[in-house]
Amino acid sequence: MRIALIATCIADALFPDVDRSVVRLLERLGHRVVFPTEQVCCGQMHVNTGYLAEALPVVRQHVETFERAEFDVAVAPSGSCVGSVRHQQAMVARRSGDESLAGRAEELAGRTYELSELLVDVLGVIDVGAYYPHRVTYHPTCHSLRMLRVGDKPLQLLRAVEGIDLVELPDAQSCCGFGGTFALKNSDVSTAMLADKMSRVLSTSAEVCTAGDSSCLLHIGGGLTRLRTGVRTVHLAQILASTRDEVAGSVTV
Amino acid sequence: MSTREEMLGRIRAAVAAGAPLAGGCVPLEGDGPDLAVDGVPRRYRRTGDQPPGSPAVLDVLVDRLEDYRATVHRCAAADVARAVRTALGDARSVVVPPGLPDGTVDTAAPDAPEVVVDGRPEPLSAVALDRIDAVVTAARVACAVTGTIVLDGEPDQGRRVITLIPDRHVVVLRAEQVVQTWPETVALLEPTRPLTMISGPSATSDIELSRVEGVHGPRNLQVVIVDPA
Amino acid sequence: MTTFLGVPTRRLAGPDDEDPLRGSRPFPAAAADAVRDPVLRRNLRRATTTIRAKREHVVSEVADWEDLRDTGSAVKADVMARLPELLEQLESAVTARGGVVHWAADAAEANAIVTDLIRRTGADEVIKVKSMATQEIGLNEHLAEQGIAAIETDLAELIVQLAGDKPSHILVPAIHRGRAEIRQIFLERMADVPPALTDEPRVLAMAAREHLRRKFLSAKVAVSGANFAIAETGTLAVVESEGNGRMCLTLPETLITVMGIEKLLPSFGDLEVFLQLLPRSSTGERMNPYTSLWTGVTPGDGPQEFHLVLLDNGRTNALADSLGRTALHCIRCSACLNVCPVYERAGGHAYGSVYPGPIGAVLTPQLTGLTGGHDVNATLPYASTLCGACFDACPVKIDIPSMLVELRGRAVDAGRGGVPDGWAAAMKAASWVMSGERRWSVAETASRAGRLVAGRRGRISRLPFPLSRWTRSRDLPAPPAETFRQWWARTRGDDDAGPDAGNPPIAGTPAPRPAADGGDRP
Repeated sequence: MRIALIATCIADALFPDVDRSVVRLLERLGHRVVFPTEQVCCGQMHVNTGYLAEALPVVRQHVETFERAEFDVAVAPSGSCVGSVRHQQAMVARRSGDESLAGRAEELAGRTYELSELLVDVLGVIDVGAYYPHRVTYHPTCHSLRMLRVGDKPLQLLRAVEGIDLVELPDAQSCCGFGGTFALKNSDVSTAMLADKMSRVLSTSAEVCTAGDSSCLLHIGGGLTRLRTGVRTVHLAQILASTRDEVAGSVTV
Repeated sequence: MSTREEMLGRIRAAVAAGAPLAGGCVPLEGDGPDLAVDGVPRRYRRTGDQPPGSPAVLDVLVDRLEDYRATVHRCAAADVARAVRTALGDARSVVVPPGLPDGTVDTAAPDAPEVVVDGRPEPLSAVALDRIDAVVTAARVACAVTGTIVLDGEPDQGRRVITLIPDRHVVVLRAEQVVQTWPETVALLEPTRPLTMISGPSATSDIELSRVEGVHGPRNLQVVIVDPA
Repeated sequence: MTTFLGVPTRRLAGPDDEDPLRGSRPFPAAAADAVRDPVLRRNLRRATTTIRAKREHVVSEVADWEDLRDTGSAVKADVMARLPELLEQLESAVTARGGVVHWAADAAEANAIVTDLIRRTGADEVIKVKSMATQEIGLNEHLAEQGIAAIETDLAELIVQLAGDKPSHILVPAIHRGRAEIRQIFLERMADVPPALTDEPRVLAMAAREHLRRKFLSAKVAVSGANFAIAETGTLAVVESEGNGRMCLTLPETLITVMGIEKLLPSFGDLEVFLQLLPRSSTGERMNPYTSLWTGVTPGDGPQEFHLVLLDNGRTNALADSLGRTALHCIRCSACLNVCPVYERAGGHAYGSVYPGPIGAVLTPQLTGLTGGHDVNATLPYASTLCGACFDACPVKIDIPSMLVELRGRAVDAGRGGVPDGWAAAMKAASWVMSGERRWSVAETASRAGRLVAGRRGRISRLPFPLSRWTRSRDLPAPPAETFRQWWARTRGDDDAGPDAGNPPIAGTPAPRPAADGGDRP
């Protein structure tokens, strides 16, 4: 299958190994990955902060970039960005009166998937042949859980990883407190939520906290390293891309 | 223009201005043949899978009532008076509605409580009711899935106040009055009668969400279920 | 979106902090204080954890729960679409059964109507059933000014009233208080408090029972709200637990009910849906202990004089908006508060409105309208991480996250035209950068300067405002030496097709490890 990678702005700029891991994983499974190079961002940050007019050119850039590319399905290693593609881009276009762009956005959204959806639903694979010998706990991010309804697909994938010691995160479905610009606008409440999430993570004695969204991991990881907890955050894609030959994120901090 | 006309005018204008666009973004998911004429889907369960008064339905009711900390007594038709006497416990005075079937409360026994009939001759005042220990009534219908008993003020149930002030309420239910679901319950009600739906004794969870049974309404709910002969 | 130019609602006179729908501080500032209060945090965590578990349990046993939600949502949409005719139908049904219907465009009118009705009975004291509508109009405060004492009879409302406090939750107004605090409040403020009062919830509840008993038995006038009003029959419903509602609705000679115009249901049969949805969502019970329904006046049973006050107070502002009107579907169950992670930390007072939590964040700004860039209510739509828990819990499927986003958009649009603030400037710049791949690449390269401040750990722990709001509690990773798109260009060239059919897939990542290691990982 020819799969277009939506790198996501945050992984492109801050966590390129997440995107590289997606490429590595999909190629290992025998698929062809394309990266439409003019892509930047899905527009979610602008939408969720209330700047819908400013979101429009960002959405247009995304839609036009992927329209020009040839691929069967698109994938993003992010529940949040896929949620924005599916539930916000057409709304932004429609609100500005651009019905044509809205329709094109909806067409693209119809073949855009979050990573665990792509693997389990589209490619029909659960054991991706990964090896990851670490104690790991999984935080289901809000948008993957409640916008996309990925359910336990990420956990199915993780359970099939060889060598992993997967431990349940208490109160897992509770938000980590990131919320995009919420983390800045309501910094105190965001931090209070983070503190509770971190205490849950630490209660598992896991060495790694994983999730399907780099943005939430930026938040949780930012707290975990600030407090020198010794717990690392690793994206789901990095774990699934790991093999005996190359274990992602294995270099010590 | 009166406030009424002014308000209705504003509401009409607002309803028109905010009408959902056809195919717009309002997340209404009613669709397909389930849609009734008013555009409201009604796919939920409308009838029970067990007939009223069946053993399975009664079992559910008993389970729910006991979960609410109500006390349930089961008896045959011939034993109602005995069951009611047990349910009355140590109550020394009892008020009953004027239409309660004769023989529900045994007045002949040597240790029988004093029985007062509301409305004979005068309706009892709230203060007078506050000195009475218990009340015995029938009911209109009971809903098993939620353990709810509905009173509708018929003569065998009486005025709302008599089931409110005495601290112990004994309800005598005939098994066939127990239905399984809410739609069946609501269908049996006459809307314009004063209706009281009772699910266990009064309770509060206002302090740390910790449930305390018994606040202003009767603190003690006794339900006598009369099984079919 | 349509802009509705309705008649502006007359808000209450007096200083801002007396407006039941508008606090005196922006949400972030009020919430910042709340999260520092360990007792409040403990009380909220305990209460919300308890009620979430109860709700999940009783909802999971209803096989047709989603079908009930669909119907609940559609019935409410139908009510909004036919509101004028349904209100007139209600009015004539109530009138035919001996009730009197009054129309109040705003809080001031409603308060004046209720005051006048009480005065005509000669009473100077009324008993009250917990009611959001009367809180919203500040009825108790208004009555006090007029020399009429309003006695709250719901336990939590009584606690709040005795403490001179404000409610912080729709269902459990004293949720922010623990048992020890409640005992203290009773000891200090309750006239006839038993001296041996402990902090056992049962003991506290019994003290309230004794305290209110004489009030109930002697009251001449009661004021209530309503959970539902049936247009077809004129029937009103109050859903409660303690029996204080039954007392108020049964014992006095006169009953005055104040109800928002959105509380209607078209037909009596609709109760079969809403009486299943409300208690399970609200208190997490299969059914609440008591529900009272009455239609006008019943000779010989209950109050012989009944008045129904229909309240607008900004509701038409929301009604005039196709998305915003869904906030009026709310049946005040408070499930969204109980599941909200922001409410759980900030508590209800931070919202500054009698309607706190997620539903408050969408309802309050619509009821009041926004008066400008400095309106504290403009901060409410931002009081959410958009985690979506509220939408899932809502028994009538109000899409609160989408409404929050829409209201943020409106708050931003309302502020356009003036001097752009920091956010506006940053968002505008980001929009420009993010709508062109070249501009984005340049920005990525520029951000690599962050590597200089990252230090040996590859972590940035201190940045200037506004990013200081991030770094004061969280590290930021140093930007990597190579972005993903640079890696792609370097390893796959300009050909965005990647390895072609004839080439073997490239396994492994040849990217060099960044010098300051660790920045390459979330």
